[in-house]
Amino acid sequence: MSPFLFWIFALLMLVFGVAVVVNRNPVASALSLVVSFLGLAALFMSLDAYFIGIIQVLVYAGAVMVLFLFIIMLLDLRAEEGRRINWVASAGGIAVALILLIQIFLVVGHFKAARQPFPPLAGSTIDDVRNVGALLFSNYNLPFQIIGVLVLVATIGVVLLSRREPR
Amino acid sequence: MITLGDYLIVSGILFSIGFAGVMLRRNLIIILMSLELMLNAANLSLVAFSRFRVQPTGLPDYNVQVFVFFIITVAAAEVAVGLAILVALYRAHQTTDLKDVSSLKF
Repeated sequence: MSPFLFWIFALLMLVFGVAVVVNRNPVASALSLVVSFLGLAALFMSLDAYFIGIIQVLVYAGAVMVLFLFIIMLLDLRAEEGRRINWVASAGGIAVALILLIQIFLVVGHFKAARQPFPPLAGSTIDDVRNVGALLFSNYNLPFQIIGVLVLVATIGVVLLSRREPR
Repeated sequence: MITLGDYLIVSGILFSIGFAGVMLRRNLIIILMSLELMLNAANLSLVAFSRFRVQPTGLPDYNVQVFVFFIITVAAAEVAVGLAILVALYRAHQTTDLKDVSSLKF
């Protein structure tokens, strides 16, 4: 992928990520998160991970964010108004996040192998879905089944948690 | 030429943004969304490494992509349960502000 496209999508993802955190209106935050996920899916495509990119759009942008928007709509969450910002606490939080960011920069900076270009892949088209699926159903069959049970348990838990108590 | 380090730096910045969101915001929905940002930052760095480690067959390391698939699934289940807890909390207290949920505070 050309560097220009990479930086466009990375900037899209990061700017709308900041918009998620900064916005007062929860609906605006949710929609910014959708755009951020689309930028991230584009970055996955640039890394030749086509299956993961499509799953990202389908599951995250398509299902998880729809769930978020449904909850915001059902609970009728309004935009925060008259919020008194505690500047000391905010400065402390931003300072901790900045320290984390600086540490990540230092670690990546010392990682010498990260400056090499990506090794070339064999072939121009990659059978992404087939290869991931083959691994998923052969080597990782047990974790796959456990994930199935986990999703079932999550569904049951959600139904139980949302029940109204009978009065 | 985009290198692995560029992807890792972008992933680190995204993670810090999500982290700042969890630390700074008091609205529970925004905190859950920032949590999703952090998980996706981890996914991005994992997929970058998957592309970086090309196997002798000439294909990327697909074990990592299977791991990312599991992370996406578990994150979706976690978001569902977290939002159900949020709905139950809202029904009990009529608020999603963290300041009003302090009954267990020491």
